[in-house]
Amino acid sequence: MLESLISILSYPFIQRALIVGLLVSAAAALLGVSLVLKRFAMIGDGLSHVGFGSLAIATALNATPLAVALPVVMLAAIALLRLSSASKIKGDAAIALISTGALAIGVTVVSATSGMNIDVTNYLFGSILAVSQSDVILSIVLAVVVLTLFVLFYNRIFAITFDENFARATGSRTGWLNTLIALLTALIIVLGMRLMGALLISSLIIFPALTAMRVLKTFRSVTICSICIAIICFISGIVVSYLLSLPTGSTIVLCNIAAFAIFWLVRLLLNQQSFKRSR
Amino acid sequence: MNRHSNNINTALIKLHNVAFSYAGRHAACDLNFSVYDGDYLAIVGGNGSGKSTLIKGLAGLLAPSTGEIEICNSLRRKDIGYLPQQSAAQADFPASVMEVVLSGCLNNGGFRPFYSSLDKHKANNWLLQLGISHLSKKSFRELSGGQQQRVLLARALCSASKLILMDEPIAGLDPHAQAEFYHLCATLPLTIVMVSHDLTSALSQATHILHLDTHQLFFGTVLEYQASGIGDGFMGCTHPHGHDASEHKNKPKYQSKGEVESISKNITKSITKCSQSKIMIEDISKSGISKNGEHNA
Repeated sequence: MLESLISILSYPFIQRALIVGLLVSAAAALLGVSLVLKRFAMIGDGLSHVGFGSLAIATALNATPLAVALPVVMLAAIALLRLSSASKIKGDAAIALISTGALAIGVTVVSATSGMNIDVTNYLFGSILAVSQSDVILSIVLAVVVLTLFVLFYNRIFAITFDENFARATGSRTGWLNTLIALLTALIIVLGMRLMGALLISSLIIFPALTAMRVLKTFRSVTICSICIAIICFISGIVVSYLLSLPTGSTIVLCNIAAFAIFWLVRLLLNQQSFKRSR
Repeated sequence: MNRHSNNINTALIKLHNVAFSYAGRHAACDLNFSVYDGDYLAIVGGNGSGKSTLIKGLAGLLAPSTGEIEICNSLRRKDIGYLPQQSAAQADFPASVMEVVLSGCLNNGGFRPFYSSLDKHKANNWLLQLGISHLSKKSFRELSGGQQQRVLLARALCSASKLILMDEPIAGLDPHAQAEFYHLCATLPLTIVMVSHDLTSALSQATHILHLDTHQLFFGTVLEYQASGIGDGFMGCTHPHGHDASEHKNKPKYQSKGEVESISKNITKSITKCSQSKIMIEDISKSGISKNGEHNA
């Protein structure tokens, strides 16, 4: 058991996947706390579909995937944020519109050019082999940026997440912070997409925050706990997928589901105890 | 605080012919009034009369569709405290009471990533004054509606250094807490603008009344308001005829000019305010009014 675990680490592609995955899932969990609480969780899901569409187009044009996907997804992030805050079109409907539209474009472009092949499956469901050396550098930079911004603006992020109107009325400029969060989300999705797959990447944003919120009651504890959950679930997902030869992305999501179930049970037990005590 | 300040200084907030609209329909229009340093303005009116819309406009959350809101240079956004109506989104938010109250201190200084010990002291002080210091470590979502309201009030007080805007501050408070709240308001060294359903308390406490019914029915001092009789219909479910919108339509909307003038002679301290009322009577859009609100007649 231990030997096989050590042997995991000797493969360079696993080393790369570990570094990128750990940093991306920690950063995603941090942003996820704010996104889930602001009811923007679906933005992540919408963006990942846009990411798939742009990757498909990049492949068809023989361009570097990241060079196309990054600006397109960032633009989509700003557009989605605007749509969600405009009251005329309902945010969730707008996101569904964009995400299914982008998926349809991607599938059409892929079928018309290279046909449904192994590359497409990798885009959709992720591949541990797809992580390159440049992804490692990019994800280190991204993780440092997200962590620094989160520490520096922690109180501001709390304020706009809890009550954006109050923050605006009392002199906080909330627009740029919202845009920043959306752009960082876009970056994380594009980076994590090749490892986790377009269909699964948003789980890294949504699961840890929701899991932590089952049991914990303050913003600070939820934030810290969701990073820990993200890291633990990622490592156990990689290990299990290696030992049982399962796809990496889906195994990590399964670990997140397990963590959610455990926290949910703990909540139930705590509720029962406090109910007994109150009787 | 002495609420009868002499009002010779410039207005903190001045509205010129302001209207707010949603989807092309006016929610509140023909708004012409000023709030001076030390004023305690109660905004009254029935449901859907545009009170909350106006307070959102004053808080800078809604842009007026026409007209202009002039804000005095010395009044910056960070000097303002805001108590909004509670939103459903906060109902399951994981946050401790202390985290919520401290977020009111966010803009007190320049840019700092963390709260200072002064901020924490301020937050603790308001929690103590509002009688909820024992809740400071509790989770906001586990509190009762009245407790949550007091937490949001503490947050508003932490951010207010000059002006506090409150939308239905006593909603959810029990009678004892309401009495304490009004006692606190009387001692606050702040200019107060408050939306209220509680006309009796508004009349006994406020210095000025703004009565809305999607447009401005009345603005002036409490004494003028009582003399005008506009509030009589509103006071009352107990009114013999009940409250009926048509009642207002049949009545003249404003007092005659002479009547208001005779009142104004008696209230020398609020001369400025009366000239504001006169402006209103003459229908500001038609008469020639200079920019600074002086009456040219």
